[in-house]
Amino acid sequence: MSDRLSVLKTYKLYVGGKFPRSESGRVYEVTDSKDRWLANAPLASRKDARDAVVAARKAFGGWSGATAYNRGQILYRVAEMLEGRRDQFVAEVADAEGCSKAKAAAQVDAAIDRWVWYAGWSDKVAQIAGGANPVAGPYFNMSAPEPTGVVAVLAPQESSFLGLVSVVAPAIVTGNTVVVVAAQDAPLPALSLAEVLATSDLPGGVVNLLSGRTAELGAPLAAHQDVNAIDLAGADAGLAKDLETAAADNLKRVLRPGAVDWSAAPGTERLLSFLETKTVWHPMGV
Amino acid sequence: MTFDYAPAPESRAVVDIAPSYGLFIDGEFAPASDGKVFKTVSPSSEESLSEVAQASAEDVDRAVKAARKAFEKWSALPGAERAKYLFRIARIIQERSRELAVLESLDNGKPIRESRDADLPLVAAHFFYYAGWADKLDHAGYGPNPRPLGVAGQVIPWNFPLLMLAWKIAPALATGNTVVLKPAETTPLSALFFADICRQAGLPKGVVNILTGDGSTGAALVGHPDINKVAFTGSTEVGKAIARTVAGTDKRVTLELGGKAANIVFDDAPIDQAVEGIVNGIFFNQGHVCCAGSRLLVQESVQDELLEALKRRMRTLRVGDPLDKNTDVGAINSAEQLARITALADAGEAEGAERWAPDCELPGSGYWFAPTLFTGVTQAHRIAREEIFGPVLSVLTFRTPAEAVEKANNTPYGLSAGIWTEKGSRMLWMASKLRAGVIWSNTFNKFDPASPFGGYKESGFGREGGRHGLEAYLNV
Repeated sequence: MSDRLSVLKTYKLYVGGKFPRSESGRVYEVTDSKDRWLANAPLASRKDARDAVVAARKAFGGWSGATAYNRGQILYRVAEMLEGRRDQFVAEVADAEGCSKAKAAAQVDAAIDRWVWYAGWSDKVAQIAGGANPVAGPYFNMSAPEPTGVVAVLAPQESSFLGLVSVVAPAIVTGNTVVVVAAQDAPLPALSLAEVLATSDLPGGVVNLLSGRTAELGAPLAAHQDVNAIDLAGADAGLAKDLETAAADNLKRVLRPGAVDWSAAPGTERLLSFLETKTVWHPMGV
Repeated sequence: MTFDYAPAPESRAVVDIAPSYGLFIDGEFAPASDGKVFKTVSPSSEESLSEVAQASAEDVDRAVKAARKAFEKWSALPGAERAKYLFRIARIIQERSRELAVLESLDNGKPIRESRDADLPLVAAHFFYYAGWADKLDHAGYGPNPRPLGVAGQVIPWNFPLLMLAWKIAPALATGNTVVLKPAETTPLSALFFADICRQAGLPKGVVNILTGDGSTGAALVGHPDINKVAFTGSTEVGKAIARTVAGTDKRVTLELGGKAANIVFDDAPIDQAVEGIVNGIFFNQGHVCCAGSRLLVQESVQDELLEALKRRMRTLRVGDPLDKNTDVGAINSAEQLARITALADAGEAEGAERWAPDCELPGSGYWFAPTLFTGVTQAHRIAREEIFGPVLSVLTFRTPAEAVEKANNTPYGLSAGIWTEKGSRMLWMASKLRAGVIWSNTFNKFDPASPFGGYKESGFGREGGRHGLEAYLNV
């Protein structure tokens, strides 16, 4: 055992592909389950949330316009990068959630595998969610799914890493860009994931990560006129109702919170929740 | 020398409208609990057609209870049996389609040519289409044995009264739900006739309940604690109120709301076909269409040629008696809607756009608005931003495809869009860039039960029609 003093990491937000501190200059103390100090995480502000929306909107055109094959490879690349830093995430998840190394490892492994699972969906989802429509007339008619746009994601509170990956990957694989509020009391695995995303060829702004108070950040995101949808996974019932009410102002698509076993096979619900069906008609004739 | 059209009226004798109607609850017609009634008038003559009940919150509760009671047996029925009821309904609608078309034109004001050739065939087709799904839900891609939600509260608009009823009721019943439906205040009659079709089809009592009334009835229905699903077609404003009402509940909701569709004409488009498409896009159903092509975006180089052809075509539109088989544009649905259209058109002039309408004589009684177009419209004008829901076209121009996309998407709405070009690659590129749920290329305002319909952004969410339309009524 060396008595070398370790170098601590300054945890930062991830916005537009960059790692800023909160514009507010605020931080909050993050502790492990035994109340030992782990880090000072940025306490993101409403302004940070709005900046993140701007970054997500800016990234939307390029990301939604990228080929599905390209998006799939980038998600797979995230899995590759995570695999190489597995030990780091096992330690962070164990600290964050107060679980054993073995349990943390199982979650990290599942999270890596989840990136792989969703990576494969990029060029298949249109074939299960779209198709040709046999209309009664001489028309070519087909429907295909398109990404909804900018999605605000309140990451689950109880699963700081596997839960986080389980809500981010299905939103972005189809071409949405996201502003994610990490689990309030356990934001460090999320903030570290940003370092993985930044080195996985994911364009800046596709995923924007904020740490702070879920209620404080959820409010401006739910009310934001340039956010198209909101995943309320990390909101309790009272907050979820308030945010759904605010989201009605520009008719955001709302995914309500519910009891989810994040370790179970995810199914396609989240994948299909942030898609719009576009139907194109064209006459046939000579 | 000009020839005048001789009148060619469709006979009213095919419809027998009773002097009054009650609410259709649990298979029986009954007056409102507090006895309140209101009149429904023919917008083309202001003649009172009948008196219908104004459902109270108590009536809503009774109807929801009836639907809840009926749900148990209806949802347990084999899909093949539910299918047969829906096939029966489709067939009866076909048999009674002339009667229903005349009724619809009387109560709504739309030309018989449209109610007869568009509304009614689509109504029957919609029931026929969803009938066939009832026993195939396992194969619809929503997992094995998908379950219905329960009782659906459905609120529909006045622009396509019976067609919107079909869009709501057919998928709900096919999937095993029961419904309480509120038709629009100004067009209640075809829904009440549909109640009679349910009787003729032998549909079990309580599966379909029809409540007539105003916005307060709709609000009571949407807010009722024992409904599982809200389906609404109407204004974006009311849609937002509904989204707030259901916040924090388990109610599922689909909303089909307003639009301000761009109809984009490129310089290589076949001008005559494009003109027909523009006319169909904005003057079909007096422009009372949420997906109407109300913003014409024309490429600068063909603006003069296109507008000249468009004006020539507009001069031939026949405005008048909805029951005349030669009528192209019927009556505005209500005095209230006429006032709204008039106010927005006046705002267009006041803000500096140039107004043009063909000379056309409007009938002396009833609610009428001549087909109108505005040129010199900018994106800041109210007539370019707000849904007018009337026969008013705003003309804007563009130079490049990218500018067309930018302008077309510059709206909080996203229901539909039109593209006119002979170049396939450009059409597909445009179609992929437009943020709207339905893209009509080299055509406009086409509908089909197999084709999913619904909006992006503030035009609402959920799809009606096709396999996609099942999802709104299944616990997936």
